[in-house]
Amino acid sequence: MGLTLTQKILSAKVGREVKPGELIEVDVDVVLGNDVTAPVAIKEFEKIGIDRVFDNTKIALVPDHFVPNKDIKSAEQVNIMRKFAKKHGIVNFFEVGQMGIEHALLPEKGLVLPGDVVIGADSHTCTYGALTCFSTGVGSTDMAAAMATGKAWFKVPEAIKFVLKGNLQKWVSGKDVILYIIGKIGVDGALYKSMEFTGNIKALSIDDRFTIANMAIEAGAKNGIFDFDEITDAYVKGRAKREYKVFERDEDAEYSEVYEINLDEIRPQVAFPHLPENTRNIDEVGKVKIDQVVIGSCTNGRISDMEIAYRILKGKKVHPDVRLLIFPATQEIYLECVKRGYIEEFIKAGAAVSTPTCGPCLGGHMGILAKGERALATTNRNFVGRMGHPESEVYLSSPAVAAASAIAGYIVSPEEVE
Amino acid sequence: MQGKAIKYGDNIDTDVIIPARYLNTSDPQELAQHCMEDLDKEFKNKVQEGDILVVGENFGSGSSREHAPIAIKASGISCIIAKSFARIFFRNAINIGLPILECKEAVDGIEEGDIVLVDTDNGIVKNLTKGTEFKAQPFPDFIKEIMKYGGLINYVREKV
Repeated sequence: MGLTLTQKILSAKVGREVKPGELIEVDVDVVLGNDVTAPVAIKEFEKIGIDRVFDNTKIALVPDHFVPNKDIKSAEQVNIMRKFAKKHGIVNFFEVGQMGIEHALLPEKGLVLPGDVVIGADSHTCTYGALTCFSTGVGSTDMAAAMATGKAWFKVPEAIKFVLKGNLQKWVSGKDVILYIIGKIGVDGALYKSMEFTGNIKALSIDDRFTIANMAIEAGAKNGIFDFDEITDAYVKGRAKREYKVFERDEDAEYSEVYEINLDEIRPQVAFPHLPENTRNIDEVGKVKIDQVVIGSCTNGRISDMEIAYRILKGKKVHPDVRLLIFPATQEIYLECVKRGYIEEFIKAGAAVSTPTCGPCLGGHMGILAKGERALATTNRNFVGRMGHPESEVYLSSPAVAAASAIAGYIVSPEEVE
Repeated sequence: MQGKAIKYGDNIDTDVIIPARYLNTSDPQELAQHCMEDLDKEFKNKVQEGDILVVGENFGSGSSREHAPIAIKASGISCIIAKSFARIFFRNAINIGLPILECKEAVDGIEEGDIVLVDTDNGIVKNLTKGTEFKAQPFPDFIKEIMKYGGLINYVREKV
């Protein structure tokens, strides 16, 4: 029996062929934590009683959730990270002026590369699978153990294969593809499994792929992973500062399920409260009035997301009853938006533009909803209370639908404001 | 372990287990004060030391925040029986030494308030109120060993 892409990478790490269901211990290439999870990990690390980390170049500490620090408590949490980074000489600690949302930042800096095994104490660590590596979210204790030993334990996953066909229609992007898939298989449709994307992946930009892999966790998956091609190569080249290895799945690899996804058939998608699986075609949404629109996050805060928002918002005005918040995901993306004149157009349209933060996505800060309010967001979760009051609502969409809806005042297709 | 069952449904996510507005701390007692608050305001008042959480599919979905199992453990819950767990919650619970079991039949056969006895080593769940017994899949040895040490950190400390 052949191996899936994920099983291939794990087998190479272990040095022998692994089988689905088997528990293995693996050397990791990168260990990541943020200002919510790393302080807990640091506390646990200190209980182990060793005085050094396994490798100070393989740990990334990114304060991004509550930065710039929203209150004294969150400032204390970041201080724990800062002191730990200094003490152990952690090379990849990113202060607020150099940072970005972790899952946009690490690929941009060339810190995660094809063939890597990456663990991060953040569920959206699965994003990096866009670069053909095995990358998965873990908890703080896993992070602590890995900072000490350089290892993590995994159950080797089975996989579901998604064979992409055709091309994306206008105004349809990676976000619509992943919402469509989650709508099809459900929020536990890929529980404990890998989601492997193959077929006509050249129809998807690298940013589309990041968005799709990012939300694999919303289907319960352990990781999402794409084949390597010239688009991956073009992204990684110039960023990588170390060797990396390209893996391919065996032709006779065994999958628990195989889905054919016809990209031509996908319309813009909207996920209704309170689960990402509650998806509808934009044509079936009805008139849903909104109070706030958020464009950004680890899912959709990249330059191509900003570009779509710009194309739609240029020369238009945000509806007077709507607050539009735009968060470029990294300082580099922010700067690129400035250079391209996007920020000026966002502000002229009536949007508030913030420095990179996870803030509103998880109801942390910078855009909390009041009781009964409704937001449309390009983020990844629409759970009860996710963006604020437990009686507020979050709808999920692409940046195109979000920008168009900010103008209309209710959820619309971008075609309606063109 | 033995305790009274507190029961919830499917897809209970980590945002309702412990909302992000409380994630600016990692103090277990402080987190326990807000455990389940967006799902069930009464949880804090009804939970007693040793109680057993009985839940549906995909428990602990969403964020990787270990604050979720930490809050549950600190609120006095001694064990969680679910139809299935979201994978990060699953490993977090094991890593912090919070006993968990997957058993669909047991979840269907237990009502809120029933007295439940759990033997995680052998994967046995007894509903003492109804006089019924269920068999869950016991954990692989590696996971049992982590649990025996009371979590991953103690396990690693032993090995390094």
